Amino acid sequence: MSNVMLEVNELTTKYITRFREDVYAVDHVSLKVDEGKSLGIAGESGCGKSTLALSLMGYYFPPLHYTGGNIIINGRNISGMNPDDVRKSILGTEIAYIPQSAMNALNPTRKIINFIEDVIHAHDEYFPKKEIYELARGCFELLGLPADVLQKYPVELSGGMKQRTVIAISVILYPKVLIADEPSSALDVTSQKMVIKMLRDLMEKGLIKSLIFITHELPLLKNVTDDIMVMYAGQIVEKGTAEETVFDPLHPYARGLMGSIIVPEKGLRECELAAIPGVPPNLKNPPAGCRFAERCKYVRPECQSLSIPLRDVDGGRAYRCLLSENELREIYAREDCKNDR
Amino acid sequence: MIDEKKPCLSGSGLTKVFGFGYYKTAAVDHVDFDFYEGEIVSIVGESGSGKTTLAKMLLGLINATEGQIYFQGKKLNLNTYKKKQEYWKNIQAIFQDPFSSYNIFNKIDSVLLDCIHMRGGRKLSHEKKVELMAEACSFVNLKFEELTNKYPFELSGGQMQRLMIARIFLLKPKILLADEPTSMIDASCRATILGMLMKLHIETGMTLIFITHDVGLAYYVSDKIYIMEHGKFVESGTPDDVILHPKEAYTQRLINDVPKIHEVWDLSTV
Repeated sequence: MSNVMLEVNELTTKYITRFREDVYAVDHVSLKVDEGKSLGIAGESGCGKSTLALSLMGYYFPPLHYTGGNIIINGRNISGMNPDDVRKSILGTEIAYIPQSAMNALNPTRKIINFIEDVIHAHDEYFPKKEIYELARGCFELLGLPADVLQKYPVELSGGMKQRTVIAISVILYPKVLIADEPSSALDVTSQKMVIKMLRDLMEKGLIKSLIFITHELPLLKNVTDDIMVMYAGQIVEKGTAEETVFDPLHPYARGLMGSIIVPEKGLRECELAAIPGVPPNLKNPPAGCRFAERCKYVRPECQSLSIPLRDVDGGRAYRCLLSENELREIYAREDCKNDR
Repeated sequence: MIDEKKPCLSGSGLTKVFGFGYYKTAAVDHVDFDFYEGEIVSIVGESGSGKTTLAKMLLGLINATEGQIYFQGKKLNLNTYKKKQEYWKNIQAIFQDPFSSYNIFNKIDSVLLDCIHMRGGRKLSHEKKVELMAEACSFVNLKFEELTNKYPFELSGGQMQRLMIARIFLLKPKILLADEPTSMIDASCRATILGMLMKLHIETGMTLIFITHDVGLAYYVSDKIYIMEHGKFVESGTPDDVILHPKEAYTQRLINDVPKIHEVWDLSTV
């Protein structure tokens, strides 16, 4: 039995806009990541993926506010802690976060080694600089990055190199959990592959214990992570292993997402791309019933009013729909049949 | 079938050199191509391979250093602005970043109204113009009533990209150049945009030129694929030939680097 690295129970966070409106971007999310496992989070833009990543850090600043639930990292509850304490003792050592387009945040007037000094000095003010250099060189060499990168300015590095440097800086203190938010979205395919390989290396070489990977590219998730979680309008709508979620999705939204995958493989030209019509609901006043009801093809009148819990299925899967597993499978089978003809 | 078709846009020895002396780089290097009428063509390459430079030359935004572009069999001459305006009635483009494609001071009605005026609809009655605009908006599943009196930045990225297609619908050019039209929007929205472009292609029979780094997208949409490396076309042909049975080492590498669904993604070959 492997031990649980990150456990989140019923986490709810909200944004308060300047007009004093509440936007519940993360709504009762529970998840569990075991040691040595990786979790992928998929979903459309605006469904709360990035907000979930921010909330998982436990470091809240306006307009994001914490309202309920708890986050347990390696047996330690961090929810409700003072933000300064979180910054000092949690970020970097327990949990590390790579935000979207992190590589653009490197200050062009400073060398890479200066960023590493900053990270370490934030935790230990009197750590000698010479040792920092040795530590950084060791870490960079372990990850297959040339050590002379440390003495370069960010502008001297290519996009892929910058992204890999950012990842290396974020794991310099050996965090338990790494949250990577779209680490490869601005890169071309070759650099993307290098970044992904590096993330895999991190896990294999034991620099991090578990990984949370956020992206909207499903082919990538299928190849990188063990489990996939699909989010819609701040809620989890489907949870399962990568294979199951991609090839046999249960929730209609997850099925819609899988229908829009484009990969250069045989047989793609024959199938029809399925787009999901409509737009996600406004989270200022979310619909009372199922949040996907408006765009769902299989909607029933009860869907609009009943609030729907996350249903557990055998084998650790879960989905959020009014219809039972058998009913859904029946509908999908009928639809596939129609497509074949 | 193919030999009946006339080449719509072709180029011979097209070259663009940036810088001079030691810093000389050929972004596009002696490229020859024939795009036929009603075809869907994709130009695939990594960043820095010269795709966008080629697109800019085709649009007449920058001059070629060497070589010649032929439009419908005739040499393209864009010496004066008037000639360029005339040419742009035939060729239009959709760019990667919808947020920077609009003039932020113009309201959406005027964006669409300009398109009607460009097609010689200046003397139409106001009701007719509104009708045309509403038709274009409904083509891309937008509601015209909701868009009037709005500025482009009040829309989302997907909506802006759809409005761009509404513009193309009004202009009905012979050639549409789509420069990474879906790289900044997410997967399900991408399917919507592609569906609309395909519908437009079927209705108007225009030539579509996709410029993309997404091999899967190129494979899905196109009739012919050109693979570009360092300013040169290294491989071209039908999608089944190029993507499923690539011959050049570069193409093979490009396809191997894309994550797949049914096959195992080999991470060792970086």
